[in-house]
Amino acid sequence: MKIVATDRKGAEHVIEGRDGWTVMEILRDAGLPISAECGGACACATCHVYVEGGWYEKLMPPSEAEIDMLDMALAVEPNSRLSCQITCAPELDGIAVTIAPE
Amino acid sequence: MAAPVETDVIIVGAGPIGLFAVFELGLLDLKAHLVDILDRPGGQCTELYPEKPIYDIPGLPIVTGQELSDRLMEQIKPFGAQFHLSQMASALEKLPDGRWKLSTDADTEIVAPVVVIAAGGGSFVPKRPPIAGIEAYEGSSVHYAVRKMEMFRGKNILIAGGGDSALDWTINLAPIVKSLTLVHHRDGFRAAQHSVNRMRELVEEGKVKFDVASVKALHGADGKLEAVTLAGTDKREWRHECDALLPFFGLTIKLGPIADFGLNLHENLIPVDTAKFESTTPGVFAIGDINAYAGKLKLILCGFHEAALMSQAAFHICRPNEKLRFQYTTSSSNLQKKLGVA
Repeated sequence: MKIVATDRKGAEHVIEGRDGWTVMEILRDAGLPISAECGGACACATCHVYVEGGWYEKLMPPSEAEIDMLDMALAVEPNSRLSCQITCAPELDGIAVTIAPE
Repeated sequence: MAAPVETDVIIVGAGPIGLFAVFELGLLDLKAHLVDILDRPGGQCTELYPEKPIYDIPGLPIVTGQELSDRLMEQIKPFGAQFHLSQMASALEKLPDGRWKLSTDADTEIVAPVVVIAAGGGSFVPKRPPIAGIEAYEGSSVHYAVRKMEMFRGKNILIAGGGDSALDWTINLAPIVKSLTLVHHRDGFRAAQHSVNRMRELVEEGKVKFDVASVKALHGADGKLEAVTLAGTDKREWRHECDALLPFFGLTIKLGPIADFGLNLHENLIPVDTAKFESTTPGVFAIGDINAYAGKLKLILCGFHEAALMSQAAFHICRPNEKLRFQYTTSSSNLQKKLGVA
């Protein structure tokens, strides 16, 4: 599956996802500037992304823990998610995310 | 200012690696002082994920961030390390006698022959909302903490955020301000229920206004805020008059003053050798997430190893005329005495 990630400068990166890995792990592994301070424990909100192009509705809804943690994210929009809580799967092939501002 | 404290080793950062360094140094009779910006030991483990289980600590199949910190505190208790908490290590200076002097933003000064940077990603500091030009208002109209409530008396205040700090200050400041508006991106809060209830009462009583909105732009001049642009979830924007903005979005990690310590940095990390974990500045070591070397893994267990090897090197600097004898805690009565078990 592919992830279409837009960085903070607006550049688009098409990255190969891996089933079972989180989108945060794939973005970080690709060297994109996502800090993910807590290492993926849904505890810091520094892997905040906007899910674009109709993909937001196709995801599993955020857990209560993720909704709570998004309260600590900056510039939250209706399509905000924490990328450590999105797991790669074949049905997400082509998912588009934009890395939120720091 | 009090006279500087003198010790063997200054540790910047009281996370798990800084704590374990106290143990390894202590076995070699080296005394340590730790400085941390947080108000309690544990670093990221207790600040970010106190309840989250960690599965890769050798010998502990499952342990939470808080438990690991508590156990390390118990393990280092015999060594009587001194903690300087809620203080940011702000400057590092080399003294004429070859030792180092570390100063903090609370005016503590510590002098030692060895400095160990165990600061992880740096200091926990308040998150700054990504609003253009916000820096120009910080300290005058934009505040990330309330130090003196009186400075907000009679003012028009805007609070942004949905956690305990945002709600606590909404409740505490409401009685003394001219007007108070709370904005949050949703009509739900990550805060104590009684605080949420109290805030909603204040809204019903007309003492606080709550809007589901976020701050998009600041308007004013010379650091004096006059109004902000707010945007609702429907993207509708409006102007809101206010004298001060208090954003409460929790903490994030920034390298901070370590960048100005005069150490060699590579992408905000401190390059070290892998025999001593010493930086290119002699006498200054870096262990844990903040160091960099070929093959580095940011794992707590790697930091523990680094702490052990660093301590051997620190001994030779602190006790140049003494011979270091390698001993095991299992068999050395000398070490067991230090641990208080023999």
